Amino acid sequence: METIGVLAVQGNFREHAAMLRRLGARVVEVRKPEQLDGLDGLVIPGGESTAIMRLIRLYGLEEAIERFTAPIFGTCAGMILLDRNHLGLVDLAVERNGYGRQVASFEADLRLEGDEEPLRGVFIRAPRVVDEGPEVQTLASYEGEPVLLRDGRFLVASFHPELTDDTRVHERFLELVRQEANVRA
Amino acid sequence: MLTPADTANHIDKWKFTVPFVCGCTNIGEALRRISEGAAMIRTKGEAGTGDIVNAVTHMRAVFGAIKRLGALDETELYSEAKNLQAPAELVRWVAENGRLPVVTFTAGGIATPADAALCMQLGADGVFVGSGIFKSGNPEQRAKAIVEATTHYADADVLARVSQGLGDAMSGLSTATLAPEELLETRGW
Repeated sequence: METIGVLAVQGNFREHAAMLRRLGARVVEVRKPEQLDGLDGLVIPGGESTAIMRLIRLYGLEEAIERFTAPIFGTCAGMILLDRNHLGLVDLAVERNGYGRQVASFEADLRLEGDEEPLRGVFIRAPRVVDEGPEVQTLASYEGEPVLLRDGRFLVASFHPELTDDTRVHERFLELVRQEANVRA
Repeated sequence: MLTPADTANHIDKWKFTVPFVCGCTNIGEALRRISEGAAMIRTKGEAGTGDIVNAVTHMRAVFGAIKRLGALDETELYSEAKNLQAPAELVRWVAENGRLPVVTFTAGGIATPADAALCMQLGADGVFVGSGIFKSGNPEQRAKAIVEATTHYADADVLARVSQGLGDAMSGLSTATLAPEELLETRGW
């Protein structure tokens, strides 16, 4: 069974934890650097990216996440944190609130790569991808723009897959965690 | 609701795109506001006092009632919905899921990092602090300390550290000494 950390300094970590538990993973809430030890993967949830960035700096989590070698899944604010302008771990530039303010939040059916059934995407003050590196792979798009992407051991979503009952995106992350564990073993 | 304009009706919040936050002092009030379209619920506490006791009372009332709903069977839930004057389907959802279906934060009397941590320990999703910060001696430092205490609410070492050297807290009012007509929490129903 995989042990997945969910960064729990601010934001909707509870929904991610519930989804991962539903899929059989062991979940650890991460608020301090030492809680990253022994994890098979990490989720950086949605929330307020400036608040999350400040809180992780305050406790040395910024460096600890940069040193972390297992897969990381970032949603919404988590995607912002992983981009070139923040932690710089994913070869991506994103624009905060790129789809508009709170009232412009929306839901839309997305096509998930390799899957027939549409995926319901919940976009809440969502970040928008403005540039991506050549190695970055698009796994789902909205109106021709990427909203779910993979860059090596990183998975990022501008929407909130933890807010629906559809477990497919988290299943893909756990699959990535298992693949990476095999590579490293 | 600090200043009700309509003494009989609440606003139909489903008609708006802007999210509404509504206060409550008990589970029935919370579920009525949610059925009217509230996007978030705050337990009321007593705003502007720096006295945490009413916030704790209201959280205990809401979170305790949620736990009790979880112990009822299907038949009892209908009767309980009538007692609570709340829609049966919402009552059943709460009984099954052990929480309200919207973010539930607390406010009204939080003035120290310890107050914030206490609210989180009691089960709040978050805290809102107004005068507890703005009427204190060093608002910026106190705000940062309360944020840290909210994130690390179960970590006694962090709470002890951030609680030191904050300067004067707001001068508080004991809600027990306020006349009933002065209380904000009794407005609304």
